[in-house]
This record gives sequence, structure tokens and C-alpha cells, in this order.
Amino acid sequence: MALIELRGVSKIYHLGGEEIRALDNVDLDINPGEFISIIGPSGSGKSTLMHILGCLDSPSKGSIKLDGMEIGSASARELARIRNQKIGFVFQFFNLLPKLNVLQNVELPMVYAGCSSRERRERAMDALRLVEMDNRAKHRPMQLSGGQQQRAAIARALVNSPKIVFADEPTGNLDSHTGETILKLFHDLSLKGSTIALVTHDPEIAAVTPRKIEIRDGKISKNVDAKLSGQHDGPKFAVGSQQN
Amino acid sequence: MSLLNAILVGLREIWAHKFRSLLTMLGIILGVSSLIAMSAIVKGMEHGMKEAMIALGGLDKVLTREAPVPTWQSHLSDQARGRTMRDVEALQRSAPLIRMVSPEMALERVTISRGDKRTRPSEFVGVWPVVIEMNLHNLEHGRFFNDVDEANAHAVIVIGTAIRDDLFGSPEQLGREVIPIGERVQINGQTFTIVGMFEHYESDQDRKKREWAREHPDEAAQKQAVARGRPGYGGGGSRSGWAFDRKNRTVYCPMNTMWLRFRAASGTGNVPDPTLTDIDFKVEDLSQMEDALQQAKNVLLTTHNGIEDFSFSTQEGNIESVDQAIRNARMSGGIISAISLLVGGIGIMNIMLASITERVREIGIRKAIGATFLDVFTQILVEAVVIAIIGGLAGLVAANLLVRFLASLSPTGNTPIVTFEAMAMAFGFSVAIGVLAGLFPAFKAAKLNPIQALRYE
Repeated sequence: MALIELRGVSKIYHLGGEEIRALDNVDLDINPGEFISIIGPSGSGKSTLMHILGCLDSPSKGSIKLDGMEIGSASARELARIRNQKIGFVFQFFNLLPKLNVLQNVELPMVYAGCSSRERRERAMDALRLVEMDNRAKHRPMQLSGGQQQRAAIARALVNSPKIVFADEPTGNLDSHTGETILKLFHDLSLKGSTIALVTHDPEIAAVTPRKIEIRDGKISKNVDAKLSGQHDGPKFAVGSQQN
Repeated sequence: MSLLNAILVGLREIWAHKFRSLLTMLGIILGVSSLIAMSAIVKGMEHGMKEAMIALGGLDKVLTREAPVPTWQSHLSDQARGRTMRDVEALQRSAPLIRMVSPEMALERVTISRGDKRTRPSEFVGVWPVVIEMNLHNLEHGRFFNDVDEANAHAVIVIGTAIRDDLFGSPEQLGREVIPIGERVQINGQTFTIVGMFEHYESDQDRKKREWAREHPDEAAQKQAVARGRPGYGGGGSRSGWAFDRKNRTVYCPMNTMWLRFRAASGTGNVPDPTLTDIDFKVEDLSQMEDALQQAKNVLLTTHNGIEDFSFSTQEGNIESVDQAIRNARMSGGIISAISLLVGGIGIMNIMLASITERVREIGIRKAIGATFLDVFTQILVEAVVIAIIGGLAGLVAANLLVRFLASLSPTGNTPIVTFEAMAMAFGFSVAIGVLAGLFPAFKAAKLNPIQALRYE
């Protein structure tokens, strides 16, 4: 059974009487453990798709099932709960709270999940170890480099053991070297069984993932799974070979 | 998110903007402290006014007045015997709610003379020694009457200082203390010996004026000259001066002396008039005033054969007007303080609105990782309430300092009294203001769309 099932999903905006179809009748399945990229130029509707997949937004039409549960008609409160428990977000601008240190930032989703402070601490440290940031736990985001901030953000996305992690241009604000380490981290996480969806406009980044979903004008124009066609033999990372 | 967490987040947020939070709290601090200080001043005023009223008459003092016989008993009016010593004895015996009874038998149109000097007292009354406590007198020189004077109807009197001034000259005029103990005076032609004199009664204001006059004799003489042109009783004084002047013109003699020397020899058709001018009594307990009055009424109805030719008058009316004045002061002060608290609340709302505008992105992040409407709403509301609570607590401290400062400014005035009720009310009010001020910003923040909030720069 697919982790996420989109059937006939449309998102329609009305701007000054003009109807804009940000998503137009999209069908999509994402299976557990998949590492996919959603690729498309700006304005193609890929962000809208991610928002709907990530339960930040509800579709105008169609049905969306996450983990077997219909969420197209969920209330704002239910959506918040799903975002908290089943979905992790990684953003282009890291979006760590500057007033909190790394550990507190990573603990934040568990605060809303209602975990005890001891459990929060333990699981947050586990997540930080996973992204090799446990030695920076007491630092403020401003004291960290972009790559370190993004690692902390990834730890925050993983800390509640979500069903799927959405990364919106996770390397967009990083230099290419750091960007590659982040992509490698995602790749490693996917090998460990995490379901990850990268949202990007950059085909080079999309090349890292076995499956690519291309969006154009609110429709899926290409849905290529290299594993199925046998063309994908894993990404080539330059990390560690000092390119620049 | 638990409430404790929300409070911690709120405290952290307040700490992160120390100066801004302090300015925001200032409105609440001022509101709370002015509310408490105002109520303390009014309380002190109330205390002072009640004190003054007790000094003048005593709250527990009741006067038994002569009253016309009621219409339905008018056919019995010739049997009404008025208030006599019998009533006094009956009250002492049968009314346990009454603490003391003081009979007064007065003689009207009295002239006291010594040589060629003569004066009129405000009252010349035959009394029992209990009158000292009843009318709150203080004997300064000599002694008061005793049982021997009473039993033998000695011709002795105790006078107030104004009588002394008229007959012997005042210390101010003569420049020396004048103590007329042992001197003889004529009252309506009969010789009396002065055995005691009361202290000089005057209001605080008059006392201060007199002391000032003693220190600045030249200026005082000038003022005296100006004041002489003005009409007034007792040479001009404070508004309550008449009460003190009247008290200073008192002349008391023993009850039996009054009866035997004046009353027994007068009256219509050679029947002496045994009626008392006044029966004053004090109640055991102020809170049982109503019961005590009923008891006294029952006793007096028995001795008067059921004819209600008397009535009681208490200080109740005065208390009511004082209470009214206090209520008005409290009301106007309360409104002003409430307005300043309200302004403080508006300050909180303003800062919270600015703060959430600054934190749109943070709110977006929090919502994206799972904060619900209620989570965000609680967080912002708690922050506003925490500001109000801290401000309220600081206001309590500031109020106490302020009251102490006010008290030190005017040590002679009525000392402000800080009550627990006032503090609790002001604090509760500030918390309520915090809740009200936080509601709208909290709603606004909680309603934010996470997608738009995340894009917000």
C-alpha cells in the first residue's frame, strides 16, 4: 500500500476573478522508503504540491490519503497533529528559532507532541547524533554555519520519527560543497529507511534520487523511477574529494 | 504544549526584550500602584474621619430625647412624666446591652460671675461622674466630683477653659498659666467652688495655628486685627471649631447639687420639676446598636407606662454622610485608577501586536512542525498575562513604597492604610487586563496561515 495516495487533486486559486489552477487533477503514489524528488521550474506548482502533501494546505478537489487515512477533509487541528506526528519539514532557510539553542529547536516538535522533558532530551540528542550535530547542541543557530544549521533542521524534522520528510530546496542556501554533504545525508537517511521527498528546481539535485516527478503547469509531466527501469546505479557524491 | 511550557516560553520572550517589557509593564505598575495608593488614602481618610467623630461624641453614644407623645396616645399626654432618674436606674438595672448611663439635669439661662466679670456657659448641668467617659472629657487640673460631693450636694463645679478665660483671663492675655482651682464664683447668685478644670479642646488645625502664633507673635497680631472684622463664633476657627468651643464652655456640678439647689426650689405651683434634660447612654457593642436601642425602648416604655414620649438619636446620620463622602472619594479615585490600568492594558495589547508581527515567521515555523491554533493562542495569551502578572506584582511593591512615601510627606495627616482587599483587587484587575489585552493578539497570531507565515520576511 502506498504511503501517500493522491487522486484527482486540484488546487484552485481565484485572483481577481481569474481562476488559477496551481494543481490540476494530480494522481500520485509515494511508497514507504522511497527517495524522490519533485522537480519543476518556479510557478510550476511544485510548492503547492509539497504544501498539500505536507498537510500545510488542503486541496480544493480530490482525495489525499496519508498512511491509509483520508486527510483531504481534515480540520486545521487534525492537520497540525498530522504535521507534528507524521511529517518532517526541512526548509531552504533552515527556519530554526534564533532564540533557542540547537537542542531546544530539535525538541520543539516533541513539545507540541506533549513528550516529557526527559524523553525530549534523549530523543533530541539521538536525532542530533544521527546528523553528527550532538557536539553543537548548546549552540545558538546564529553561531553555526549554514550546513550545520541545516543538519540541525534535519534532526528536528526526524525527531518525531515521521512517515515522510519533505525538504524544500534544502541546498538552495548553501554552497555546492555543503549542499552535497546535505544531499549525501539525505541519501544515507533514505538508505536507513526514511521516506524523503526533495523539492527542487535543480535537475542536478534531482539526479541524486532514484525517482523523479516533474511538474509543469500544475500537472505531472514526467514520473520516472530509475530503479524500475534499471538505469539508476546510485548517486555520485564528490564529498571528501575536495573539488573547489 | 503544556501551560508550564507556555509560561517558560513567555518568560523567555519577556527576558529577551527586557527594556520593552519593562516599559509595557510600567503602565500596569502605575495603574496597580495608583489603585492601591488611592484606596489606602481613602481608607486613611475614613479612619481619620471616624476617629474625629469618636472624639467629638463617640459612635456608641445615644441621646434620649424628649419627643411629643404620638397621636394615638395623645389622650394620655397628661400622664407622660418625662425622663426621670427612675428611667436611669431602670436602664442600669434591666438593659444589659447598655454599658453606661449618664443622666443630665440642666439649668437654662445661667450667669456665672466673679466680681464684676460675668459670662454664660454653653451648658450648666448636674451630672454623675460617669459623664467624663460619656462625653470624653479630660480633666487637666484639680479633681472631679466624688460620692461625698454627690451625697452631700456640695456646691462644687468643674469648668471648661473658656469659662476660665472669661472670668480669670486667658493665659494668652496674661502670659502665665491660670489655674482657678479653689476659687469661688457666683452662679445665679449662689456661691460655688471650682474644684476642677478640663483641658483645652481644639481641633488639630487650631492647635497648629496657636502654636504658630506663639512662635510668630508679630504676624499673628496682624492676622488677629484682620480677623476681628469678620463675623464668627469663637474668634474664627476651623469648621468644627464650634463643637470644641461649646465643649470648652461646659460647667458641671453634682446631680444632687443641681436638684437640691436649683430644681427643688422651682417648678410650677411649687411642684419641683424632676425631669432630666438628657439621658445619654453608651452601648456595649456597636454592632448590636439596633438590639440595644430596642432594649432601652422596652425598658423606658415600662417606666413610662407605655407612653412613648421619648426618642433616641445616634451618630448614625453623621456616619452615613461620612460614608457617603468616602464612597464618592473611592468611586472617583477608582475610576481614575481603572482608566490608568486600562491604558496599561492597551499598552500590553499594542506591544503584543507588534511582537507577533515581528514573529510571524516563528509562528509559521511552530505551526509547520505541529503547533495547533490553541498552542499558538495559549502561547501569546500567556505571554501577555505573564507581563501583566509581573507588572501587577511590581505594582504591589511600588504601591507600598508610594504609600510609605506619602505617609512620610505629611506625618500629621491621616496615615494611608493599605488593605489586603485593595491589593488583591488591584492585582486581580491587572491580571484580568492582561487576559483581555492578550486575547486579540493571540487570536490574530493563532489564525496565521502557516504557508504565508513561512514566506513572510
